[in-house]
Parts: sequence; C-alpha cells; structure tokens
Amino acid sequence: MAPTLLDVADLACRRGGRPVFERLSFALGAGELLALTGRNGSGKTTLLRALALLVRPEAGTIRWQGSDVQDDPETWRGRLAWLGHLDGLKGDLTVCENLLGAERLRDRPAADDRLDLALVAFDLNALAHRAVRTLSAGQRRRTALARVLLTQAPLWLLDEPLNALDAPAQQAFRSVLQNHLAGGGLAIAATHADLGVAGARTFELAG
Amino acid sequence: MSGFLALLSRDLRLVWRRPGDVAVVLAFFIVATVLFPLGIGPAANILARIAAGVLWCTALFASMLSLDRLFAADYEDGSLDLLLLAPWPLELAALAKCAAHWIVTGLPLAVLAPLLGVTFGLPPGALVALAATLLVGTPTLSLIGGLAAALTLGARRGGALLALLALPLCVPTLIFGASAIETLMTGEDLLAHIAILAALALVALATTPWAMAAALRQAGE
Repeated sequence: MAPTLLDVADLACRRGGRPVFERLSFALGAGELLALTGRNGSGKTTLLRALALLVRPEAGTIRWQGSDVQDDPETWRGRLAWLGHLDGLKGDLTVCENLLGAERLRDRPAADDRLDLALVAFDLNALAHRAVRTLSAGQRRRTALARVLLTQAPLWLLDEPLNALDAPAQQAFRSVLQNHLAGGGLAIAATHADLGVAGARTFELAG
Repeated sequence: MSGFLALLSRDLRLVWRRPGDVAVVLAFFIVATVLFPLGIGPAANILARIAAGVLWCTALFASMLSLDRLFAADYEDGSLDLLLLAPWPLELAALAKCAAHWIVTGLPLAVLAPLLGVTFGLPPGALVALAATLLVGTPTLSLIGGLAAALTLGARRGGALLALLALPLCVPTLIFGASAIETLMTGEDLLAHIAILAALALVALATTPWAMAAALRQAGE
C-alpha cells in the first residue's frame, strides 16, 4: 500500500443539531481512489464538504502529509479540486471562459496548452466557444469535470461525478480519473453508481 | 492579487453580457428622480433646496436594487463554493465583488446625478459637488450593501431584508453626502464633508470584507 498522504481521524459532523457521522476515520495514499457510498442523506456530501473545510467538523482531524490542514487552510484549498453537485459554471460565459476563469480564480497563470488537453479529454472542442447556458446538463457536467482536470490538484473531491453523463462521457471520465490516479493523484468520490475503476476502495456511510 | 483581478474582470464581463441588469438600475434612478420635480411642481427654490437629498436617496435605493443578486447568483450556480475554495483570502473575493458592483452602479450613478441635478435647477457649482460626493460616498453603499447581501444569502425575501439591514447603516453617508451640497449656500467647507465621506468609506473598507467573508462561509455550510 502507498504511504499515507491524507489521514482522517475521528471526524464528526453535525447538520442542524443532528449528528451526520461520528468517529469517522480513513487514510488514503498516492494513487488511491475512495468511493463514498451510502443511502441518501447518509452524509456523503457533508463528508466531502468537511474535507474541503466548507463545513466545520465538530471533532476530529484531517492531516495531509502529517500536518493538520486547519492550520493552513489556504495551502490546503490549493491542493483540492472540487466538483459539487452544482456545476459552478457561469451560464453567460463560454466553456473556455469558464475554464480559464476558474484557473485564474485559483491564482494560477492562464494555461492554453493544458486547456486544450482538458477540452479534448471531455470532447468539448466543438463546444469551446458556446455559452454554457445553451448546453445540456451532461455537457455542463463535462465542462465542470474538465475544470477539475485543469486544476492539476493532487486531491479531487467529487460529488456524484457521473451525474447526467452518457456512456461515452462516463468512459472519458474513467480514463481521466485513472490517469490522475496513475500519476499519484488521490480522489474521493461520493457516488451511487459503480465508478468502474479497478482497485477503488469503498467506504460505506451508515447514516 | 491576481485572483482579485480575475474575479473583478469575470464579474464585469458577466455584466457586459447582460447589460439589461445595469440599465434597469440606472433607468430606475432616472425615473424615480425625475418624479420629484413632476410631483412637487416648478417651484425653483424648493427644488434646488431638496435636490441633493432626493438624488442621494434615489441613488441609495438604486444601489440597493441591484445588490440582492451580488452573491445570490454565485450561491445558486455553485460558483460560491469555488470562491470559498480559492487559495487566497475570501475577504479579497468579497471586496472584488463589491468593487465590480461599484463600477457598474456607483460610478454611473455619480456620472448621471449632475445631469439629473439640472432638472432641479441646481447651479453648476452644486452639480460638481454632487458628483464629487457621490463618487466618494457610493463605495460605502456598495460595501455596506454587499455585507447585507452576504448576510441575507439564502434567506427568503432576501431583497427586502437586505434593504432593511443596509439602509440604516447608510444613514451617516446619506447625511454627509446630502448636506455637502448645502455648504455651497451656507459657506461651509465642502472639502470637510467630502473628507468625512471618504473616512466613512475607509471605515467600511476596513471592516465589511471580514464580516462579508464570515457571512459567506456561514452560507456555504
């Protein structure tokens, strides 16, 4: 097993006064994928949001290479790529503008060559200059996934990544995810469907 | 800093793609202001006396009108999460949003106000003073309004709540902005009033970004 990069220990979260999960622990090393499963409302999204520090955990620690991520949240956020259940795209901007804009918001230089790779990976070339509001739900999801790929962040946090994707797009996502893992990346995905990636670990939230 | 500029330019580009949103605000400002001379009648001395107060109040209302979408659009499409996850301070992001709001509303309001002042029969000196006070005072309105917008994010009837929260906080700016025009008649120092407006803007600049960031993090939970 790869050496541990992400170490989550005794994590607990509350939503609206009700405990969502308690004493939750897992560790993840380079190249590993963790699939979060469980019923609706079992806390998959809450766990992802807690890992991104969008939700303040009630107890427990999240460590990256041994240091608590809450000590330096900005560096931690720079290590994350986020795909929420909302796509986070601006309807009035084009696919290209959305992708490049998101990279600039991450304080990284515009990257035209990487942009081309991300567009090709999700078959978005023909849509590159279309306003996002004119796209279908699946096409928007592909754009959001291209944004994740573009970040080159080591840890991907994905909430239902396969939502609205057709079979070829799901296949494209799988190969992108496998490349990310093969390059030493980590990914945590909340999902109902089988991600179809060999060697994925599954973590079931009881709820 | 580049993240700040990226967000500012993105928001300005979004406005550019939908100029109607800004046009409605400016049209409201013009129509609401012009109603006063029509309603009160052509008594030049009364109109010149109330002009500054009317223009400041309508500018304030126009500024509030566009604020409820400031963070709500990002909240609804999921972009707010990306701002919360940007590897630079959220305070700067909130400031960038307010700066974009000021550029597309405060600045045009300050430019339009002297033109509308003519319909109130204001003398040229007062028109210049009016533009100057609005130029210095409207950033405060954008910042305070931005704070109210962040606090009411996700609330039902957020727009009305926003105005209820922001308008009382804008009172000092309104008082000094409107009374600055009178200095031209009473012989007081106009610059002193503008300095006070600038001080109010600086206080808002130094305090609201932190409060906005805290409110946005709360909304993100």
